[in-house]
Amino acid sequence: MNILVCITHVPDTTSRIAFTNNDTEFDKNGVQFIIGPYDDYALARAVELKEQNGGKITVLNVGEADSDPTIRKALAIGADEAIRVNAFPSDSFFVANQIAAIAKDGNYDLILMGRESIDFNGGMVHGMVGELLGLPSFSPVMQLEIEGTSAKITREIEGGKEKLEVTLPFVAGCQEPIAEWKIPNMRGIMSARSKPLNVVEPTDTTTHSEISSYELPPAKGAVKMVDADNVEELVDLLKNEAKVI
Amino acid sequence: MSVLVFIETEEGKIKKSSREAISYGAALGEVTALALGTVGTEELNTAGANGATKVLHVSDERLNAGLIQPYAEVLASAANHTGAEIIVTAKSSLADAVVGRVAAKLGASLVSNVVSLPDTSNGFQVKRSIYTGKAFANVSLTTDKKVLAIKKNAVEIKQDGGNAGVEAFDVNLEDNLFGAKITSTEKAEGDILLPEADIVVSGGRGLKGPENWGVIEDLAKTLGAATGCSKPVSDMDWRPHHEHVGQTGVKVSPTLYIAVGISGAIQHLAGVNSSKYIVVINKDEEAPFFKAADYGIVGDAFEVLPKLNEALKKALA
Ligand SMILES: Cc1cc2nc3c(=O)[nH]c(=O)nc-3n(C[C@H](O)[C@H](O)[C@H](O)COP(=O)(O)OP(=O)(O)OC[C@H]3O[C@@H](n4cnc5c(N)ncnc54)[C@H](O)[C@@H]3O)c2cc1C
Ligand SMILES: Cc1cc2nc3c(=O)[nH]c(=O)nc-3n(C[C@H](O)[C@H](O)[C@H](O)COP(=O)(O)OP(=O)(O)OC[C@H]3O[C@@H](n4cnc5c(N)ncnc54)[C@H](O)[C@@H]3O)c2cc1C
Repeated sequence: MNILVCITHVPDTTSRIAFTNNDTEFDKNGVQFIIGPYDDYALARAVELKEQNGGKITVLNVGEADSDPTIRKALAIGADEAIRVNAFPSDSFFVANQIAAIAKDGNYDLILMGRESIDFNGGMVHGMVGELLGLPSFSPVMQLEIEGTSAKITREIEGGKEKLEVTLPFVAGCQEPIAEWKIPNMRGIMSARSKPLNVVEPTDTTTHSEISSYELPPAKGAVKMVDADNVEELVDLLKNEAKVI
Repeated sequence: MSVLVFIETEEGKIKKSSREAISYGAALGEVTALALGTVGTEELNTAGANGATKVLHVSDERLNAGLIQPYAEVLASAANHTGAEIIVTAKSSLADAVVGRVAAKLGASLVSNVVSLPDTSNGFQVKRSIYTGKAFANVSLTTDKKVLAIKKNAVEIKQDGGNAGVEAFDVNLEDNLFGAKITSTEKAEGDILLPEADIVVSGGRGLKGPENWGVIEDLAKTLGAATGCSKPVSDMDWRPHHEHVGQTGVKVSPTLYIAVGISGAIQHLAGVNSSKYIVVINKDEEAPFFKAADYGIVGDAFEVLPKLNEALKKALA
């Protein structure tokens, strides 16, 4: 089984978000970068599927050289090799195009992604890649079982979930509880150093959008505390001050 | 400007977020709305009040379930049929999965989590929420056709529109688009959907166990609210996964979010930071959630919630 896992290189979930250069650039100062948490679920499931069925896992990132430590971590977790498309990931369409180009050459049985990136929260690269490749795409996928050339998928829907039967190959945007996040062990970390990380140049550089500036939300006012013995005061505030009930 | 809006329905009713999307579209131009599967004509007519001039209805029963590939095919066909320059949808787990395909089919630009009307003084620029609500980006869309997925609860619903005429719209859908077979669907009926809700009552690990959720449910019932929870609560199966709020769960933007027995970890806050008002009830006055709250009560959930519920019932009676 030949699996492609697409990973983002994103600020850790606890990062303070700030911008520089007149609010036109993300401020990387002091920010720790990680594999996107949803992508991490996809990778963990890929490792389990490989344990069950054998095969190979390739991780793919569209990004600049500063993604490399994040990619190495994916290799340490259990991917066999990596590809980095050497480009600034300037928008979702640009990224989808690069992924589709790599996937066309790779003969993958399964293309796993996260349901969404945690920086731009688009939730659309999997659909774009599916369409560009003429393959079905599913998201958010919370369970994935493979039997030969078919798969059983559980997809979350608003207020519940649905089970699907589908045929390989396809693209899936993953989320919990598809697998538990895996922490690389010492052996993984050692072997990751010698696993191949191939850097390739982008094929098509079309973009569909451009960011002109960033903003932070207005700061939150101070909290008003209400005594636990006086819940009527809270009701009054909600009704007459906030006017939300 | 010709605008196409994708309508999602829930138990035969147009979803609130789709009405928001129609209202957003109406501010841009002439709106044709598109509905798929079995829905009553009377219900579809009501899209007029929100700003649709016309509703195209593809009544093909195969579309009663939200199937990604056929939906994308129908949306792209309708966009071509109406000559729409802009396609608008609410951001939802179904729309996310569908619109990426639509954008790729049409060569359209796609921006998600849009929170503002476009500024067209110089091109076409919208504001989108990024970093899970922790920031915004002003994005210019540089293609002729554009797809916008609007963040829920970011648009006021227009109620003063006219009548929408409903027209049947036929699309020839090849069988191969239906390769994925839905074998079962599990869905709570009659519940208020968490991502759509105006008010959310959420419980965390502080509630100690699933058997104690009655206090949350009672309060939610009084307020007409949806129920949510923190990640550990869904990880431990105290509550179903679709109630999990936060960075790796549902992102909510209600007018009122009530958090009970939730500490307020940054990953939980990421899912609730676009709420208009936040109430925190926690027995620990040092709980970080209070810093993100508008109103707070330090106290034991099992004592405070029943009292609050009674007081609310009285006030709302
Ligand atoms: C420093 C920095 C600056 C950036 N600036 C911009 C910017 O200005 N504008 C902009 O639109 N984007 C920018 N990005 C890129 C952003 O991280 C996304 O990669 C890209 O925009 C797709 O975002 P999305 O939210 O639509 O992806 P989603 O559709 O939410 O992602 C779904 C899945 O697709 C896969 N995927 C997404 N992106 C990549 C990738 N780059 N490589 C491999 N797999 C991927 C992952 O599996 C992900 O879980 C920047 C990234 C970095 C690191
Ligand atoms: C990558 C990543 C992603 C994550 N994503 C999410 C996410 O999407 N959503 C999410 O929620 N978490 C997420 N987490 C986990 C998050 O960091 C916290 O661990 C989690 O939110 C804690 O849940 P909690 O507040 O219910 O539990 P706790 O932190 O254990 O807090 C329980 C609270 O209840 C209070 N309490 C106890 N008893 C009572 C009582 N009788 N009455 C009132 N209050 C009481 C306590 O004072 C305490 O503040 C993520 C973590 C990581 C690393």
